[in-house]
Amino acid sequence: MLMLRSALLSTLLLMSSALYAHHDGTHHELSDGEAPAIEVTQPWIRATPPGAGAGGGFITLTNHGNADDTLIGATTSITDRVELHTMEMDGDVMRMAPLPGGIEIPAGESVTLAPGGLHLMFMELASPIVEGQPIPITLEFQYAESIEAELQVVPVGASPEGEGAHAGHHEEHHEEHGHMAH
Amino acid sequence: MQRRDVALLSIGSLVLLLTLAVFFAVFGRQAANPPLAEMGGQFQLVDTEGSVVTQDDLVGKPTLLFFGFTYCPDVCPTTLFNLTRLIQQLGNQADQFNYLFVSLDWERDGPEQLARYISVFDERIRGLSGNEAQINAIADAYRVQYERVPMEQGDYTISHTAATYLLDREGSVVGTLAYGFDLDETQASLEQLLPSS
Ligand SMILES: [Cu+2]
Repeated sequence: MLMLRSALLSTLLLMSSALYAHHDGTHHELSDGEAPAIEVTQPWIRATPPGAGAGGGFITLTNHGNADDTLIGATTSITDRVELHTMEMDGDVMRMAPLPGGIEIPAGESVTLAPGGLHLMFMELASPIVEGQPIPITLEFQYAESIEAELQVVPVGASPEGEGAHAGHHEEHHEEHGHMAH
Repeated sequence: MQRRDVALLSIGSLVLLLTLAVFFAVFGRQAANPPLAEMGGQFQLVDTEGSVVTQDDLVGKPTLLFFGFTYCPDVCPTTLFNLTRLIQQLGNQADQFNYLFVSLDWERDGPEQLARYISVFDERIRGLSGNEAQINAIADAYRVQYERVPMEQGDYTISHTAATYLLDREGSVVGTLAYGFDLDETQASLEQLLPSS
């Protein structure tokens, strides 16, 4: 079965490069020429205050394939309730909106879920999200196979190393990288 | 039409467009942000100890006032953390100000929930809550926009004004700080609100 899939993949790759690549984000060895369609980089989340009902998770998704894909959902062991949301500043008003249609990741492009914009909304948290205790997630796509990842937990109001700015400065004003599917 | 008429017409159109652009830039913005003089007024809320807090309790110290809710995924904890850093930066001036976090989520946030939530931030930030009428009264007074956004399973989140209000020692609104406010700039504005020594 696996061989059959590999053979099928190779054929697809030869014909038109990867349409649907196999990638589970864990220990799958990629054969020559095979590339994961969706790559996950820098998954992170901020620690939440005690009693906080919700937390926003962030991640960068890169579509290396040549077909558009859509992030349609995510699951985690810490809550049954994860939704895809966006928020935006409308003047001084922070507006949040669920994205039931998911988040589109166009072929060859990267979409960054970041503070002030697209986020994974973790709800009904039974206990706070704590620094140093990564959150396991499984990301589900319309076409690509599910990807497992771990969100690194940074302190309340902080940003991960390499993100540059600290809370309250400029990282909240990133350009909207996302493409919303409605 | 003669060439000169065309030129005049073009200039005329350009002037008209610029005028319209300026008009919308000025008045469109004012529609979103009502004048400071229209903000403020009486309110009655309860703090995390259960004590009643009104507008009159703020008089004597300048106030930083932020509205949010504890179910907020990012903007509220980030702002409260920013306020905490500001308080640290103010050092021994910090006690000369009031810091208030008002929950707009009258259904889910009460004194106990707020007490737990704000425990990780600077202890000088006071968490205030109220019933629906009380929250609507203070939101109306300060021109705070808030709106429930339904989610799956009958749940909701809240879109809301994310600015921090600056009140002088008499309790009048003298400015707002945009979300993600700069600490140094804010410190400079705050110092102006203290009595000159
Ligand atoms: Cu959200």
